[in-house]
Amino acid sequence: MSGGGGQRTDGGDAERHPSTGRPAAVEVAGLAKRYPKAPVDSLAGVSFRVEDGEVFGFLGPNGAGKSTTIGILTTRIRPTRGTARVAGVDVVSDPVGARRVLGVVPQQNNLDRSLSVRQNLLFHASYHGVPADRRARRADALLEQFGLADRPDGRPDDFSGGQIQRMMIARALMHAPSVLFLDEPSTGLDPAARLFLWEKVAELRGAGTTVVITTHDMEEAATLSDRVAIIDHGTLLALDTPAALVHGMAGERTLDCSVEAGEGAAGDGLLAAIGALPGVTETERLDDPAVNGWRVRIHVEGEPAPFVAPVARAVGDAGARLTDVRLGEPNLEDVFIHLTGRALR
Amino acid sequence: MTVTADGPDAPAEAPEPLPPWGPWRAGLAILRRDLFVTAREFPIFLAQVTLQPLFLLFVFGKVLTELGYARPGYEQVLFPGLVALAAVLTGLQSTALPLVIEFSYSNEIEDRLLAPLPIGAVAVEKVVFAAMRAFIAAAVMFPLGIWILGSIPWQADTLAAVFAMTVLGCLLGAAMGLILGTYVPPNRINVTFALVLTPLIFTGSSQYPWPSLGKLRWFQVVSACNPMTYVSEGLRGLMAPSVPHIQTWLCFVVAVVALLGLMVLGMVGFIRRALG
Repeated sequence: MSGGGGQRTDGGDAERHPSTGRPAAVEVAGLAKRYPKAPVDSLAGVSFRVEDGEVFGFLGPNGAGKSTTIGILTTRIRPTRGTARVAGVDVVSDPVGARRVLGVVPQQNNLDRSLSVRQNLLFHASYHGVPADRRARRADALLEQFGLADRPDGRPDDFSGGQIQRMMIARALMHAPSVLFLDEPSTGLDPAARLFLWEKVAELRGAGTTVVITTHDMEEAATLSDRVAIIDHGTLLALDTPAALVHGMAGERTLDCSVEAGEGAAGDGLLAAIGALPGVTETERLDDPAVNGWRVRIHVEGEPAPFVAPVARAVGDAGARLTDVRLGEPNLEDVFIHLTGRALR
Repeated sequence: MTVTADGPDAPAEAPEPLPPWGPWRAGLAILRRDLFVTAREFPIFLAQVTLQPLFLLFVFGKVLTELGYARPGYEQVLFPGLVALAAVLTGLQSTALPLVIEFSYSNEIEDRLLAPLPIGAVAVEKVVFAAMRAFIAAAVMFPLGIWILGSIPWQADTLAAVFAMTVLGCLLGAAMGLILGTYVPPNRINVTFALVLTPLIFTGSSQYPWPSLGKLRWFQVVSACNPMTYVSEGLRGLMAPSVPHIQTWLCFVVAVVALLGLMVLGMVGFIRRALG
């Protein structure tokens, strides 16, 4: 049991930041994973870079490959192909070194139930070699920062989901990792706990901690992340700032219409009729024909308001009735639907 | 108090570099955690590991002998066997059950798998810690034996070898538990325990000397397949050499080989469970 543990083994080919000279927080190239007996790759050759101090969001539905990516980056899953570095350390060739520089907050509670909250933090730091005097100071400061200072001696089982989440973040920060991985942090949290979590992530960002966060929540991704990677079926579909992703959308402005189909109103014909209107760039059906009708999203050039009348006319001509119109700015959800052809949830 | 970066904002500061830290020390830190938790519940732990051997000693060594159903001198056969039983069984239970729980229900092991040491070292720590618990259970047998039986068989010149064989038994049990804890799915652990533990207890030559099984040839063969037999027989040869026993050197060789084999198998299972 020797070697590889102690120092950061900044690989020679790890690209460094031109001004700071520090390696990228995360650097992934051609990363792929096929689980045994699986017919297809769960992760099919993904490449990206997370800069130092950035909050990087991974957005995708369940099973998209987010957790596999995080699993590989945190040394818990071995990739089939490709390379991955965290703070310059290769997670495949030097997993022990990588574990020194990364912190993980998993989806599920994995706190040590035999230990108190404070002991959870202290022992975690001792595994990572934080000197004893620094451990205690840091634990107290983190308990304070995460609103846990009033019950440091309680057992994890006696706390709420939101508090457990905060304990796990505080624990992960005990060894001052270069990169913090948060896997679906707000799943199962009530709205207040979720907001508190968002505040804390914003604080970490302000303090310069690099955070990689996975989520299937559009709002979370848009609110927290400097950049968002959209991933589906193991493939990276887009990667940019939330604003740029939304800005690059086809049509950019939309009308969401509810349509009540009358007798003999042909659906595809209706979509074609709307699509043929001048200025309409794209039409899409948001959900399947239901008893009460359809929802149609119409992407238009320029201001959407002048399109209401022509659309209503086209709907009427097709023998259907317009029951609701909502004018919309596109958001990340639209980007996702545009890229994958389906809604996230 | 001097003003430093260690206010509530300290975690927000740039990470302070950690001092050099070898995997060995991470392993010791994890062991320290396990000892800390056990020490806190030491009386419960002692009750847990001593009750079964205590009753075995009392009923087989005392009651049956006093009633005349067992020949006087049976305790010479029984006592070394019960030391082996306590060592192997406690070792097994101290790895198997916690591992099943930590890998499935509590996920507690994750924080240790994410510590800066090789995954295999976490498995080694589990085995070492379980062996320490098992050794306490085996050691407690000696005062219990003196108390219940009045005297226990022992030879002054073999004490060191008795110690070594007991440690081997503890490690053997812990390695068996590592295999059970990593290969058996959590929903099967109850059944597996029933199917494995009872045969293990009664084919390990702890209540009978193996060489006397000549009339029950098939059972002798079955017992020879149980690694615990070599711990029981080894201790018997060292503590009560007048009782028929398998040659001590052979017991050591088989126990060491079995330990290595079980450890390799257990480590493979552990690493497979720990890595996706």
